[in-house]
Amino acid sequence: MHTMTQDSGLRRTWMRRLAASIVAVLIGVPAAHAELKIEITSGVTDPIPIAVVPFAQYAGTGDPAEIIKHDLEGSGRFKAMPRAQMSVTPSRAADVALADWRASGNDYVVVGRVSSLAGGQLAVDFDLLNALTGQQLASQRFTGAPNAMRDAAHRVSDVIYEKILGVRGAFATRIAYVSVEGQPPAQRFQLIIADADGENARVVLESHRPVMSPSWSSDGEWLAYVSFENKKAAIYVQQVRSGERRLVSARAGINGAPAWSPDGKRLALTLGGSNGNPDIYILDLSTQELTRVTDDPSIDTEAVWSPDGHSLYFTSDRGGGPQIYRVGVGPGERPRRVTFGSTYNARPRLSPDGTQLAMVTLDGSNYRIAVQDLASGSVRVLSRGRLDESPSFAPNGAMLIYSGTENGRAILERVSVDGLTGQRLKSDQADVRDPVWAPFSHQ
Amino acid sequence: MRRALLMMLIATATMLAGCPGHRAKDLPPSSTSVPESGAGAQSAGANANAAGAAGTGSEESPGPQEGALARRVVYFDFDSSEIKGDGTETVAAHAKYLAANSGVHVRLEGHTDERGSREYNIGLGERRAQAVRHSLLLQGVADGQISTVSYGAERPAVQGSDEAAWSKNRRVEIVYLK
Repeated sequence: MHTMTQDSGLRRTWMRRLAASIVAVLIGVPAAHAELKIEITSGVTDPIPIAVVPFAQYAGTGDPAEIIKHDLEGSGRFKAMPRAQMSVTPSRAADVALADWRASGNDYVVVGRVSSLAGGQLAVDFDLLNALTGQQLASQRFTGAPNAMRDAAHRVSDVIYEKILGVRGAFATRIAYVSVEGQPPAQRFQLIIADADGENARVVLESHRPVMSPSWSSDGEWLAYVSFENKKAAIYVQQVRSGERRLVSARAGINGAPAWSPDGKRLALTLGGSNGNPDIYILDLSTQELTRVTDDPSIDTEAVWSPDGHSLYFTSDRGGGPQIYRVGVGPGERPRRVTFGSTYNARPRLSPDGTQLAMVTLDGSNYRIAVQDLASGSVRVLSRGRLDESPSFAPNGAMLIYSGTENGRAILERVSVDGLTGQRLKSDQADVRDPVWAPFSHQ
Repeated sequence: MRRALLMMLIATATMLAGCPGHRAKDLPPSSTSVPESGAGAQSAGANANAAGAAGTGSEESPGPQEGALARRVVYFDFDSSEIKGDGTETVAAHAKYLAANSGVHVRLEGHTDERGSREYNIGLGERRAQAVRHSLLLQGVADGQISTVSYGAERPAVQGSDEAAWSKNRRVEIVYLK
């Protein structure tokens, strides 16, 4: 009798895990309807001319040169020589007659080759040459599984970008975003992870009720998000690799705006309670201890951490309309207002170095993305839409991704912090919004 | 064995991917969490609310339909949570009914138009739901009869990016429950 009870108890536990894993099982499912196409919207007026020569290929994998060209041109700062104009296609630095490439108008030349290694891995070798000085700027190898060639090519792009422009590239990075299809009230919501260029889109959560506010942990392993799957807002955290999912907060009222602390041990979040007054709290994920940060009748929400983990920036309308405030994490700290100028400043996001603050601002009658330099207070409006929102910095701090609209459809847009380059990422079939750029992976 | 069963479930889930309503049943209710270390502490926040956590079945009822009671939506001006115009009559009608039927429950669902930041809009939607709630309380409805939820801009009634659509989305919906 005792044994049977134990067995059925274990089976129930196992079946609960299986029931939970039916959601988890959706990881790796390609996002058929919400695949993104990237297009350039603006670039610098004098892009750097570069020749990315087709790589000597290992049969079966794509040519990394195509991905590298796409990355570099997509950044708006490079102009790649068309393959049709190349009369020779060397694959090693030693075989490059630089004078010829210089004569064709190139400032830089990239050559490379793919080869197979023992154990089934592939190696991507490349050389980056300065056509004007003859200097070899980079000569490097990236290895990976055959199905990870896109990632290896993006890493090559990152090195080229950094060697030439002095800024770390963010091509080998990922984004998460929300896709919505159908008409209200019958809509399908998906939380999707994709490469930063929109490729390899994979669904990690699907629901018939809203999903919003994804937030990456700083090791890129977890996503926190808000889901209305139980007809009220609740906060979940999900491990991207395994699909393991945990309910973090389903308290009465609003549960919103989760944000991971830099050390990954806490979440800042918004709780409304049954009286419906949103305030900011910090939840310790291991002890479950909840610390209250704001306590006033205004709407206080959208808290994010400074990179040193010592302050939170958040939106509050305690002054009448929404503005961004900063408060130290710790007892007795009082919030100080950070934004001025516009009557509406909300949805703060810090650059990785903590010096720039991105926000949604009301610019005339348009909701746009602006960046404020925290030291000087100067603000630049970077986007040009009517209904822009949800800014997120790339991990190199040089670009922002945000939600925009085009012809009534929600799309993702990217803009460089200097305002000079931009791209759109859009889906044919779905509205895509709420993008968040993942941190650099630690591989 | 477990792996084979999981593979079968994957196949089934993929096949059912286009089937509406299927997902909601499969997602675990909020009071159950995956048993991991700290599971007791994890579910504490959820269990505190278990009584109010909605199940996945249909819990809504048509409710009273006579006269003004058939109106279930209160509309709001931009950036406002003030009940006015027709909304005042609508709320008054429901308040009278609820005060006279203390066993009946409603859920007030607050919404905004699409403009601006999504999480701030969750706060604004809640503010509207609370405005209706306070009005009901003042008119004799018991606190226990009312629950609120804010969808912010996440569940528009009308698609569109002009004032005609926006004015239909700034609303509180009064939903009668079983």
